[in-house]
Amino acid sequence: MSLGPDILKIKDLKKNFGSLAVLKGLTLTVRQGEVLVIIGPSGCGKSTLLRCLNGLEPVQGGQIIFGGQYLTDPHINWSRTRQRIGMVFQNYELFPHLTALDNVLLGLIRVQKRSKTEALAIAERWLTRVGLWDRRGSFPRQLSGGQKQRVAIVRALALEPEIMLFDEVTASLDPEMVREVLDVIVNLAKDGRTMLIVTHEMAFAKAVADRVIFMDEGLIVEDAKPEVFFENPATERARRFLNIFQFSDIHKPQEPSASPLAKEAQDVKESNDAKESNDAKDSKEPELS
Amino acid sequence: MLDSALSVFRMGRNMARLMEGLGVTLEISVVAVGLSLIFGVPLGLMMAGSNRPLKWLLRGYLEFVRVMPILALLFIFYYSLSKFWNINLSALTVSIFVFTLWGAAEMGDLVRGAVTSLPRHQWDSARALGLSEGQVSFRVIIPQAIRRLLPGVINLTTRMIKTTPFVFFINLPDLLKVGQQIVEVSGLRYPLASVWVYGFIFIIYFVICYPISLFSRYLERRWAS
Ligand SMILES: Nc1ncnc2c1ncn2[C@@H]1O[C@H](COP(=O)(O)OP(=O)(O)OP(=O)(O)O)[C@@H](O)[C@H]1O
Ligand SMILES: [Mg+2]
Repeated sequence: MSLGPDILKIKDLKKNFGSLAVLKGLTLTVRQGEVLVIIGPSGCGKSTLLRCLNGLEPVQGGQIIFGGQYLTDPHINWSRTRQRIGMVFQNYELFPHLTALDNVLLGLIRVQKRSKTEALAIAERWLTRVGLWDRRGSFPRQLSGGQKQRVAIVRALALEPEIMLFDEVTASLDPEMVREVLDVIVNLAKDGRTMLIVTHEMAFAKAVADRVIFMDEGLIVEDAKPEVFFENPATERARRFLNIFQFSDIHKPQEPSASPLAKEAQDVKESNDAKESNDAKDSKEPELS
Repeated sequence: MLDSALSVFRMGRNMARLMEGLGVTLEISVVAVGLSLIFGVPLGLMMAGSNRPLKWLLRGYLEFVRVMPILALLFIFYYSLSKFWNINLSALTVSIFVFTLWGAAEMGDLVRGAVTSLPRHQWDSARALGLSEGQVSFRVIIPQAIRRLLPGVINLTTRMIKTTPFVFFINLPDLLKVGQQIVEVSGLRYPLASVWVYGFIFIIYFVICYPISLFSRYLERRWAS
């Protein structure tokens, strides 16, 4: 993949909550079209980093430069800037009083001041791409978790942001719905979108990332290509972190279903099977080009 | 029998007085509920806000109004104010003032409850779309808060309407008091007067309050679909 110029530069970013230092001088450069996957132990500051990037958290030091503009400038017009930075969160944050369609239309009409017809055409195109145009009249509570997250993703994408931030968008989903949401993101990567993705889905990270950023205690500990990071992490901390996701060591085929752990491994296998059958179903739906 | 009923209402200015009483009840209810809504929303938003001293102040106001019997408030503002400061307010003005004082505090607390019960990420995701602070409030937060607010507001409104008879104690004859006076006067000639008059008043209160609860049920059903 050919990468464009630098689109986002983070320099020595510092963020505290009271006396708690969460980001301790973090530096990172992202090029246009790059897909960065950010991983790291819970509480290391991944969500905080993304929230700082679109002004949901004030920062205490350092600079964020996005498309030549200083986001750390206190006089910045966030309403205009946030249209260029799409963000999707872990929790279902669709607006429950609006239908799927109205959720998508809100930003197009109220923020971008597009005409109703124009906004409808854009919403139709995006909802169709994620196979949800025929569910446009449904309210969020009538949609499955996976469908809600797909709507949330296109709600952000419809504003044509230059970069997308995903914060563990599959973390609250039932296992069988994870795949349909991750597939949407994989297809966006194929489109050449610039994305920062926080996730705990390691197989997905390996597949989608151009670079893996491993964070710990408010700093970037490793910044590497996925094949390097996952096969041969440079630091002990990363190795220990990756071990959490290794299940192969606990297989004990000689005494089946004897221990609770073996039962757990069995469950994992079953949920993988469920994912596969979900794939078959997904292929019937309209695909992202 | 029906004759005796009609006679009670025809006697003297009875019907006209009942209508005047109804006028008092309605004026206090409509104006006080309306003002309570108008003041309650900003009060509630401040109660849910981040300014601590202001929050404590409003909390104190709410608790004060809750602890004080409405009757005591009416007496304080009607009798004491005129004695100590020589302010002479009409009984109607004092009634509307006191009911608004009470209603706005309760309404503020309802608004506070509705707003703080909304999940934090509703604000975040609305801002992340680029909505301005005003749009976040009016397009995302308030529409959701109203839905949570509705049952409490309906309850408060009917409670306020049903409390209006207290205004008689500052010499303002409302519907119920007028009815009682009529029953006292005509009770000797028409033994069933109390049945007719109180029955009539019951129907009037029903006609006022029932549409309110019908309306709220209608809205709830519409929002649920
Ligand atoms: N609003 C807040 N006020 C105070 N502390 C906070 C706030 N938000 C986050 N923190 C703290 O900042 C640290 C980093 O939190 P953050 O949510 O960024 O972690 P994370 O890497 O996203 O973790 P996870 O993988 O669990 O989502 C944590 O110690 C958290 O408790
Ligand atoms: Mg997080």
